[in-house]
Amino acid sequence: MADVQLPVAIVVATLRAATPLTLAGFGELVTERAGVLNLGVEGMMLVGAAFGFMATVASGSLLIGFLAAMIAGAALALVFGVLTLSLMANQVATGLALTIFGIGFSALVGVKFVGMPLGGLATALWPHLAAAPPLLQQFMLLDPVVWLALLLPFAVHRFIYRTRAGLVLRAVGESHDVAHALGYSVLRIRYLAVLFGGAMSGLAGAYLSLAYTPMWTENMVAGRGWIALALVVFSTWKPAWLALGALLFGLVTIAQFQAEALGVAIPPNLLAMLPYLATVGVLVLISRDATRLKLNAPAALGRPFHATA
Amino acid sequence: MVWLSPVLAALLSVIGVTLLFAALGRDPVEALATLFVTPLASIDGLTELGLKATPLLLCAIGIAIGVRADVWNIGAEGQFTLGAIVGSAVALGWGGGGHWWVILATLFAGIAGGMAWAAVPALLRTRFNAHEILTTLMLSYVAIQLLGYLVHGPWKDPEGYSFPQTRQFAPDAMLPLLLEGTRLHIGALFALAAVPLGSVLLGRTLVGFRIRTVGAAPAAARYAGFSRNATVWVCLLLSGGLAGLAGICEIAGGNGQLTPLISPGYGFAAIIVAFLGRLNPVGILFASLLMALLYLGGEGLQVSMQMPIAVTGTVQGMLLFFLLAADVLINYRVRLLPARRAGVVTDG
Amino acid sequence: MDAPAPPPRLALAGITKSYAAVVANRDVSLAIGPGEIHALLGENGAGKSTLVKIIYGVVQPDTGAIAWEGKSVAISGPNAARALGIGMVFQHFSLFESLTVAENIALGLGARESIGELTARIEEVARRYGLAVTPSRHVHHLSVGERQRVEIVRCLLQSPRLLIMDEPTSVLTPQEAAGLFDVLRKLAREGCSILYISHKLEEIRALCERATVLRGGRVVGECDPRRASEQEMAEMMIGGALPVAHRPAPLHEGRICLIVDRLSLPADEPFGTSLAEISLTLRDGEILGIAGVAGNGQKELLAVLAGERLAPDAASVRVADVPAGRLGPAARRRLGLAFIPEERLGRGAVAEFPLSENALLTAYQHGLVRAGMIRFAAVEAYARDIIARFRVVAAGTGASGSSLSGGNMQKFIVGREVGTKPRVLLAAHPTWGVDIGAALAIRQALMDLAASGSGVLLVSEDLAEIFEIADYIAVLSGGRLSPPRRTGETTVEEVGLLMGGRMAPAVPVAALHGAVDAA
Repeated sequence: MADVQLPVAIVVATLRAATPLTLAGFGELVTERAGVLNLGVEGMMLVGAAFGFMATVASGSLLIGFLAAMIAGAALALVFGVLTLSLMANQVATGLALTIFGIGFSALVGVKFVGMPLGGLATALWPHLAAAPPLLQQFMLLDPVVWLALLLPFAVHRFIYRTRAGLVLRAVGESHDVAHALGYSVLRIRYLAVLFGGAMSGLAGAYLSLAYTPMWTENMVAGRGWIALALVVFSTWKPAWLALGALLFGLVTIAQFQAEALGVAIPPNLLAMLPYLATVGVLVLISRDATRLKLNAPAALGRPFHATA
Repeated sequence: MVWLSPVLAALLSVIGVTLLFAALGRDPVEALATLFVTPLASIDGLTELGLKATPLLLCAIGIAIGVRADVWNIGAEGQFTLGAIVGSAVALGWGGGGHWWVILATLFAGIAGGMAWAAVPALLRTRFNAHEILTTLMLSYVAIQLLGYLVHGPWKDPEGYSFPQTRQFAPDAMLPLLLEGTRLHIGALFALAAVPLGSVLLGRTLVGFRIRTVGAAPAAARYAGFSRNATVWVCLLLSGGLAGLAGICEIAGGNGQLTPLISPGYGFAAIIVAFLGRLNPVGILFASLLMALLYLGGEGLQVSMQMPIAVTGTVQGMLLFFLLAADVLINYRVRLLPARRAGVVTDG
Repeated sequence: MDAPAPPPRLALAGITKSYAAVVANRDVSLAIGPGEIHALLGENGAGKSTLVKIIYGVVQPDTGAIAWEGKSVAISGPNAARALGIGMVFQHFSLFESLTVAENIALGLGARESIGELTARIEEVARRYGLAVTPSRHVHHLSVGERQRVEIVRCLLQSPRLLIMDEPTSVLTPQEAAGLFDVLRKLAREGCSILYISHKLEEIRALCERATVLRGGRVVGECDPRRASEQEMAEMMIGGALPVAHRPAPLHEGRICLIVDRLSLPADEPFGTSLAEISLTLRDGEILGIAGVAGNGQKELLAVLAGERLAPDAASVRVADVPAGRLGPAARRRLGLAFIPEERLGRGAVAEFPLSENALLTAYQHGLVRAGMIRFAAVEAYARDIIARFRVVAAGTGASGSSLSGGNMQKFIVGREVGTKPRVLLAAHPTWGVDIGAALAIRQALMDLAASGSGVLLVSEDLAEIFEIADYIAVLSGGRLSPPRRTGETTVEEVGLLMGGRMAPAVPVAALHGAVDAA
């Protein structure tokens, strides 16, 4: 029994740590496939985490909390959309603004909720979690959002490669001018993709504050939004690779906890550097082959679209 | 025309802040006064303004020069931190002997630390094609953890009552004050000097012309023979060095010791300052003062109205949003006509 | 028994469209009968594209009426146009590089059928009209001619009753163009009307039954191109007699200023062309024209000659007898090389910069910078000089690059490059898309430069231009360069065959010298 328990615990912890990365990453993947680069993932996740937490505390319902987080993320994404799609502001600068605003705004609205205790998703679903046998406990920790994150790659893959809407999405990300000339509404498709990205980021943030941690503190996303962005580059915009990358980073993230659990004496600050260093390493690995990156990147990524009639 | 959108953005932000305070159930008039007026009402407040504007100005000029070349150094926070760390290493190691050169060595070490931290993304960009946006940012997180490790671990002051902080710098490693009785140090002069230097570099030298060409039209730069890689190096080393200088000035001109938290996000706020100042050193001078005012006012709100310090961050983000929107709205009217005309000319 | 004459398939009446201050179309009327091949003829900027966009619903006219088969219609967008039965093959293809042929066609059809069903239909139509396409291939693997066939198949799948072809032969070899004409004639016999847009008079005479000529946005004439002479149509198009450039000085055998010796270079971009064993020699005072359809290695060859890409070894490119293959653009400029690139704004000039700084862009080695500081007075003077000598229409040296028309921007770039008195000038499609006056001035500048003793390498898709001013002609096809021939000793047909890829084996440079000298 005991020899099964550690590997199971590691798998479960990895899946849970990968969940926010998967959710936010697939949101951004769809956004970028439409040709829009939204660097505001971190900000949208934070706002999602704060609003998800507040809505849950206010309503007593985790479901309402998750929904509120998705709406909050999408609302911030809408601001991004209006600025970059309708007003054609610089996507990089606007994305940075989104993150800076998200950090400040989430801290401001969430200030009264810092440190407030909350049961969390697993406890809400399984009130007897704490008393359950250890192995069962691990399975209970695999909450519905983790399962959603496990299914999402298949769903997005199917959508992108097997449906007509997915074909149109890829087309818009490849060349907005051609798509426009063929009569597709580039802006509508891009708005939808940006909103989806925002909602998924919001959900990812709420997963952190409602299930993973579960509590709200300032800046609690701690760079996961940026890691999700890096993972999309790493995946070369392919769902299977993104899913794999998220799991890999889930594993890296929990390394520090595992090391602590195993009593390895590495200073926590140094262990906390791991995910960031790994992100840099992964980016370097994937970017080295410039041709491959160019071949796979949506050709219109980051370019503003102006319907020149 | 160029300055219309920052002014408009500032005004819109004031309206936004008013609404925000009203929504939070606070008296907007009192809050606005605390935020924008009180800090300017005393000599003390004004010198504090200069003190806070110093790191913002240094970091923002570097960031702006980079963005002009389409090099996005958004990790000034990390370079700031490394500047503080490396500078402190020199100050703690060689200080105390009363030598005149210790402060100079400390400052240069700070610059070198910032440059070295920026050299990593420069190398990764030019050698491995890894985009600097993500690498500079990731390295900021690493730098902050590194600082945490040092002050909790090897550099911890044994007599510091187990607080995570280093020993105090000796007096010979401290920056002289500019005004006795205030906290304003001569780092402010370095920042002021960076304004004309940055302006001349961008506007009147071939290096600046290369930077602007690489940013405005990369294909034209390649055609002209301006190396993109060299520009990436110049921009990142320059902005890293300026951020490193800001970092060590903050320590050597301030508390004289490292703690886990040495910056309230100066490196990130400087991105906003750079844009607010139109990526132009003179404009950045004014933008840094405005941003410093926000920091001071935010602290004032915290003290006198028990408002969370996060107000500052929210207003900063708002300011950048409004700036981008105002920019577009203003440019729209100006640019739409020529753009259309050009469309007809290339028309078959 | 006699049925009344059928209404025209499409009739435009009084179409006017203006953008800000510029009127693109003024009171344009024309009618196209069923099964008619109708030419729309005009210079660059005459308003052809705007008119076509109005017919295809991309742009809405300010005033005027459109009737489709006798019924008044408003065409609100491309989808509405397609629903009526209007198909269009764009000049710059509207295909997505990273998608397959079938996916591209699916996107253009808006149909709900599966890719499998669509593939069967694509193959059937392709067989019927003799258009070879492979539905499962990715577009980025296709040649320009194949891409055009994909576009045509996409239109044909909608059983169009009016097919618009926008400058379809500009990317084809003469032989491919002839194949296209067969398809179009077959379609017309089946009752499909065709609106054929071009400025190539010869083709229009060979293909079309009626022609409408546009100039300055107005209809300036109609004719039967089979009866009218080229001279008449050209004068209608230009509004006067054809101007002619003239070669100022006789040729004399100069010294060699540029040698390319068995240069091979792999493509550096996903959809690029690899160069294979390219050899050429250019002498002082000589213009060497390189013909070929774009996408056959022109971009790559120019980049490696200009130094924007480095050659594998230094000796494979020699400028003024110096091995230059490993030198960057700035070092090659110091050897006396200058370059007029294909793209004007964004490469040859920076849109946001004033003309003075655009002058500095490549001329910075010519005394405009001292000790790292820019000498603005000298820069201004240089820019003013270019503007004056080339009659560039601009609001002074402070005018931004984007404020100039294409022709004026190009004159400025040509002036800047010629003004550095280069030993070798590379010119890429220098007159593409500019008005006749500017094109003439640019050709004259190239010839004057050659007459003053410089070598000019002219890369162009415009065969007429190459035959007009080049001394030697070589053809670039699939990344290979044919041995050069004296202009007077070759024909358009021969060059056309070479453009289609019928290439003699590459010749080493030494043998090439002999061949050129003997010729």
